[in-house]
Amino acid sequence: MSTIPKQVLEESQTAGRDLSRFRMQLMLCSGTACVSSGSHKIKDALERELAKQNLDDEVAVVMTGCNGFCAQGPVMVVQPDGIFYQLLSDKDIPLLVEEHMLKGRPVEKLMYKPSATKTAVPKMSEIGFFKKQRLLALRNRGLIDPEKIEEYIARDGYKALAKVLTKMKPEEVVQEMIASGLRGRGGGGFPTGIKWKTCRDAPESPKYVVCNADEGDPGAYMDRSIVESDPHVVLEGMAIAAYAVGAKKGYVYIRHEYPLALKRLQKAIADAREYGLLGKNILDQGFDFDISIHLGAGAFVCGESTALMASMEGRVGEPRAKYIHTVEHGLWDRPTNLNNVETYANVPQIMLRGSKWFTSIGTGDVSKSPWGGSKGTKVFSLVGKVKNTGLVEVPMGTTLREIIFDIGGGISNGKKFKAVQTGGPSGGVIPESLLDLPVDFDQLTKVGSMMGSGGMIVMNEDDCMVDIARYFIDFLVGESCGKCLPCREGLRQMSSMLNDICSGKAEKGTIDLLENLCYTVRDTALCALGRGAVNPVLTTIKYFREEYEAHINKKKCPAGVCKALITYKIDAGKCNGCTLCARECPQQAITGEKLKPHKINTDLCIRCGVCRDVCNQDAVYVK
Amino acid sequence: MPKLKIEDLDKIVEQSKKTMSVRYGAGRVKITVHMGTCGISAGARDILSAVMRCVEDSGVDDIIVTTSGCAGLCSREPMMTVEVVQHPPVKYVDLNEKKVKEIFDEHVMKGNIVEDYALAIGGEQML
Repeated sequence: MSTIPKQVLEESQTAGRDLSRFRMQLMLCSGTACVSSGSHKIKDALERELAKQNLDDEVAVVMTGCNGFCAQGPVMVVQPDGIFYQLLSDKDIPLLVEEHMLKGRPVEKLMYKPSATKTAVPKMSEIGFFKKQRLLALRNRGLIDPEKIEEYIARDGYKALAKVLTKMKPEEVVQEMIASGLRGRGGGGFPTGIKWKTCRDAPESPKYVVCNADEGDPGAYMDRSIVESDPHVVLEGMAIAAYAVGAKKGYVYIRHEYPLALKRLQKAIADAREYGLLGKNILDQGFDFDISIHLGAGAFVCGESTALMASMEGRVGEPRAKYIHTVEHGLWDRPTNLNNVETYANVPQIMLRGSKWFTSIGTGDVSKSPWGGSKGTKVFSLVGKVKNTGLVEVPMGTTLREIIFDIGGGISNGKKFKAVQTGGPSGGVIPESLLDLPVDFDQLTKVGSMMGSGGMIVMNEDDCMVDIARYFIDFLVGESCGKCLPCREGLRQMSSMLNDICSGKAEKGTIDLLENLCYTVRDTALCALGRGAVNPVLTTIKYFREEYEAHINKKKCPAGVCKALITYKIDAGKCNGCTLCARECPQQAITGEKLKPHKINTDLCIRCGVCRDVCNQDAVYVK
Repeated sequence: MPKLKIEDLDKIVEQSKKTMSVRYGAGRVKITVHMGTCGISAGARDILSAVMRCVEDSGVDDIIVTTSGCAGLCSREPMMTVEVVQHPPVKYVDLNEKKVKEIFDEHVMKGNIVEDYALAIGGEQML
């Protein structure tokens, strides 16, 4: 909570102001990433300077949800010109306001410059990062103030709900959803329409709809971003689902670590109630539906459907066997339709524009079965060693290469691409040879990974694949609920073997043993947390076996990461004897005379890497 | 706030059109007031305010008002350029608030170029 500035949680300053008389609107990103890099300071500076130049009744500052280009934050788009400014600091604002807002001269030095050309690209629509994206779930990002329901309505918000309530029977909504081929965006990729149908057909009542906003994958934040930038789209999607399955009550299960998303969601629910878009007799059409928020404590396993519902009932968040489906026996043993945030965000557009339009985007053929392909778009959080980290939305079937190199701008710091990890801790690692893989549910599964919620962690030559597998397994050892033995003990054993490999203690045959254990856990664990946990291990063994072998047979870490297997050395030819490393070394392990090559005492060295970081001559290397 | 009915949704869309059209960067007419140092000292600031007032009074929602730098003819400032979509831009010179009102009513609203105040039709050629 402490990282979010106080004013974020206060009322939006533009609340109640009529923006129609402003000639220019400054769409300043106030997603969590930009807020933490200082967008509220920028806002204060902008308002101060606009007042100084007497522009405050002509130019409005609008705080939007996440723009997506988080690497360049704080970012701002000036409309109607469509000029994109990045890496803003409050010192830039006086110049910016005078030059652009008053004199109409866009300021080049604050624009985006791709590293290849170094020439500024003024227009947001021309920047590579944005150009290749196709926004559907994120269609309102950066365009509306998420705290104003009118702005959502202005972008055809709640129109789909109106259409559904007046022109479609619930069965038709379900059929339309099946025909669209939409598959769950939370991880499993189960066809949403079939889920809705099963829930609708279940005999018991009352029924519930639940939105899973318990996003827990390391590095993934698309659900947070959707709720922050467009909370009403989730509410509208849920209301349509409720109408389709026959529910009157809905819940959003959201983790308490998302204070900004939570605040915007609360406001959205309150506004929707006031406008009669939630509650009794919605839009005067005789349909009742209301939504409550359920705060989660942030346990990773509670993103699993049955554990989530257990947690909502006040029980310990543990999964149960899934042969009893939650659509028939879910929350309080009643039929419950659970979809993820991004899935609900797709619903209004599908209902408004029709399943035919939706199936024109994406891969495969879903005319016979929704399992036949992957339709629509997917939001990925592109993070790791890539230049343009951020949130990207692309049509299904876009290749990994397009996402990482065309949109992501390639690998940062001139390093070489090594692998990309998709799907969070339950996903797999994909090597360079598979970069042209079109990304959809089935293709990712085929290579041993998964779509998951859409996390995409890019790794370069400095990342050790054994260490990566160890990291994910250790994460899941901590998050395993401990209910079933294969996950509780199996993951612990896997962690111990991986730690042995990383520290050079593993013997020959460990790889085979590890693989066998993976198969056992995969076949016997109770829920997807345990079953999916083996994916990072199996894929790193499959695609980078030689790296495992180097650790075990040669006691070397080829990427230079695993501390027990590396030695720091100083290249006598490059060292100029500046003594910087010797002064910084916390172990006093470096000795040498001034202006003469230094030496590292490997017995004292703890391999912290400080010497390499501080060396101006690039003389420290790892062997 | 009373509970919304189906038809109220369209009303809100209609009311918000102007707010949103600025964000899409799309409009039927684009009015550019030239705000170089020369323009500002010749009174471009008041011209801009006058344009904004005209837009507000007219109640239309498809006009984009923007500023740009010096148009290169400092002696004829304040200047503004009116560009109706799919028509060449027209530069007006030696403006005052009265002229702005006239240009707005005739050119922007009705599409008739006010030749008395116009300097040129069309822009420079871009290389």
